[in-house]
Amino acid sequence: MKKMPAQVYLPTPLRRYTGGEAKVIVDAATVGELLESLERKFPGILSQLCDESGEVRSFINIFVNGTEIRQLQGKDTSLADGDEVSIIPAMAGGEPPVWSRE
Amino acid sequence: MALRLRKNQVEEIIRHAREEYPNECCGLLAGKDGVVEEVYRGTNVDHSPFTYLMDPAEQLKFFKEIEAKGWELVGIYHSHTHSQAYPSRTDVEKAFYPEAIYVIVSLQDQQNPVIRAFRILDGKISEEDVEVQEG
Repeated sequence: MKKMPAQVYLPTPLRRYTGGEAKVIVDAATVGELLESLERKFPGILSQLCDESGEVRSFINIFVNGTEIRQLQGKDTSLADGDEVSIIPAMAGGEPPVWSRE
Repeated sequence: MALRLRKNQVEEIIRHAREEYPNECCGLLAGKDGVVEEVYRGTNVDHSPFTYLMDPAEQLKFFKEIEAKGWELVGIYHSHTHSQAYPSRTDVEKAFYPEAIYVIVSLQDQQNPVIRAFRILDGKISEEDVEVQEG
């Protein structure tokens, strides 16, 4: 597959790897390739996004043109010229309900 | 850096927390340099009294809107419906936005909601002042 330039949007927590850039362009044919290209350009970013086995971390959501890749083909999701990819860490938290059972 | 909110924004956050009660609510605060310009109500897809997870697609939509307005993400708020306004262990573990101020509204005492603000950086919690202005 031909590598296409995709625009990647990164929110603040990931900009520490890109020198503050919110939008970067990388060439990739799939989301998996895009993640590897990002790591080559911005070393250290991949371990924030994927676990040791290469799976996208549960709290990381990757959108291709607004659709989360878990609803597409995951890391095998193919990219076309001009696709917009957004990598968004979750906003989450909570109070474990342990005390409520006591 | 203190978090600066207008009185009507504080009321909006408390109203959101009350409407979601007994479940936790969550949302974003957008603006500049710690000054909140707009409160974005999020959807807690956990629909739980003990946890929250903001709808990720909605979160992306809010981020785009915030960027288009030239603002930045100032804070992330959520409610504690049964405990004090202090980050829980899970709040700290899941604080993926160290640049943001984490705002917690407690409805433990329903008549007297409490709002407090924190930075959560590398697992360490530090409290920030909340300045409320008329308006």
